[in-house]
Amino acid sequence: MLKTGKRLNGAPWLLSLPALALFVGLLAVPLALTGILSFHAYDGMRGMESALSMRHYVEILTDGYYYELFLRTGLMSLGVTVICMVIGVPETLILSKMRPAWQGTFFVVILGPLLISVIVRTLGWSILLSRHGMVNSILLGLGVVERPVQLLYSMTGIVIVLTHVLLPFMIIAVWSTLQRLDNQAPNAARSLGAGQFTTYWRIVLPQLMPGILSGSIIVFTLSASAFATPALIGGRRVKVVTTAIYDEFLNSLNWPLGAAIAVLLLVGIVAVVVGSNRLAERRFKQVFS
Amino acid sequence: MSNLSLRGLSKTYAGQIHAVQGLDLEVAQGEFLSLLGPSGCGKTTTLQMVAGFIPPTEGSVVVEGRDMTRVAPEKRDMGVVFQSYALFPHMSVAQNVGFGLEMRKVKKSELQDRIDEALSMVRLSGLEDRYPRELSGGQRQRVAIARALAIRPKVLLLDEPMSNLDAKLRSEMHVELRALQRRLGITAILVTHDQVEAMTMSDRIAVMSNGCIAQLGSPIEVYDKPASEFALRFLGHANIIAGGISSRDGRNAVIHVGSIEFTADIGGHSDGADVKLFIRPERLRICSADKGVAKGRVVASLFLGGFWIFEIESEIGKLRATLQNLGTVQPCEGDEVGITWNAADLRVVAHETANA
Repeated sequence: MLKTGKRLNGAPWLLSLPALALFVGLLAVPLALTGILSFHAYDGMRGMESALSMRHYVEILTDGYYYELFLRTGLMSLGVTVICMVIGVPETLILSKMRPAWQGTFFVVILGPLLISVIVRTLGWSILLSRHGMVNSILLGLGVVERPVQLLYSMTGIVIVLTHVLLPFMIIAVWSTLQRLDNQAPNAARSLGAGQFTTYWRIVLPQLMPGILSGSIIVFTLSASAFATPALIGGRRVKVVTTAIYDEFLNSLNWPLGAAIAVLLLVGIVAVVVGSNRLAERRFKQVFS
Repeated sequence: MSNLSLRGLSKTYAGQIHAVQGLDLEVAQGEFLSLLGPSGCGKTTTLQMVAGFIPPTEGSVVVEGRDMTRVAPEKRDMGVVFQSYALFPHMSVAQNVGFGLEMRKVKKSELQDRIDEALSMVRLSGLEDRYPRELSGGQRQRVAIARALAIRPKVLLLDEPMSNLDAKLRSEMHVELRALQRRLGITAILVTHDQVEAMTMSDRIAVMSNGCIAQLGSPIEVYDKPASEFALRFLGHANIIAGGISSRDGRNAVIHVGSIEFTADIGGHSDGADVKLFIRPERLRICSADKGVAKGRVVASLFLGGFWIFEIESEIGKLRATLQNLGTVQPCEGDEVGITWNAADLRVVAHETANA
């Protein structure tokens, strides 16, 4: 046994080589290149120059336009995260109470959005959300609104569509935490005199915090870095950071500026994720183990 | 007057799986009753119905004369200690113990005293600010007991509370929990598959099998006068001897097993040529090979400190005998020995009841 163990010593490295190559080649290298690109100078006439400068960063950090852009993206991601939390947590609790056969069915329904191509799904939504689309017809028919609501090419539309596709991530994260909970704890709370609502609020929910947090991080990150949905649903009227980066790269051809925005987006997302993680871990220290 | 009564309590799943079938049970105030049985016998389902976590299909749960069958678990005033302890990991020991009091809107001034009182009952004073994961298994269990007792429940329900403790701690807790229950005079129901636990702690034991009570009685009654082969086998070890009746004179009969003949009291045994008898291992005696009722050979001898266990291949079947370690010379494996017993210790195995 010992002998075979020794002979296989190099195997773990060898086996992780493909994954490592993929990781370095497709993530680390492009990220580093983007970082370097963002420090290159750019001239409207002559294009990208080889000289290095901090100009793009200074430009972004001194221009109110970019602050607004980042703020809009941040609020959009936060909104999507909060809505996913509010819908996803109760949905997961309901799901866990279902019979196994129904659970399977509803999991397919919940994971459905992930099974459909982003373009097909987004175009489907844009049909639903248009001025004469189904959503507006229903709202008008019910008399909720008097005139068609602007859903397409609006922030509301983006948030609806992002929530639809990102909700599964929240549900999966909360579900996996829920499975690890002691299923007698709610019964214990009931026997001690807590009603059903109090039991969920005081006993179940705090223990779900790790799942809610990791789900929120995934949803927030994916919202902030989403491109297809804001581009197709928001169009030119609602600009977010990712669509701004796209414009710099492909319309203004100012690659270094686009790269600088991309780097700042990454820094911003990492800062939010790490910050909220720290905060939650301190607040709910005992359930993170 | 009984404190808790179960009347015709039944639970049927999917219309055909009978987890519990028409259970009738009266538990007196301050009594400690165990539901003892193998897994799947319906003992935990019964407890869950008493606690209100599972609605019964039929029958009722009555506490102090009040029908609780349709009452929500939070309104039943029952303290439950779970197998997993089910402590709230995000709350400190004091918060765990105080949770039930908080739900009962106990005044702030009184709250601290009640928590202290509950923790001192289980000898955990000083650990108020710890969190469950900072405690040992034994301490967690004590918190669970304190939490259940803090609300001063009408009935204490214990769902295999000792199964996660090591053997030594378990036997200590048996004594301690029993003493605590006596001191508080609280009615308690224990669910367990451990016959030692049931016997050391209970006033009465209900042996359960297939959703029914196979036998109900004090530990001594259940052990010495098992009502069925099931109860007999489940509580301790029993040597079962199957023989034929050679002749019968009222209660007494001459039994033959092969060429061996001996007499036994078979009172209560209905007519028939064959009879099943049992004798507990501690009632068998080992003597020299020529003096016993039957001869046998020791095939295994196990030394357990306080006593020996001998496995004997004998003329009347495979037998197990236990002997106290009194310093006398004991037979070795391979020795030919004689086996004898007091006639009164050999008893007829009671017939299985129809549904056991």
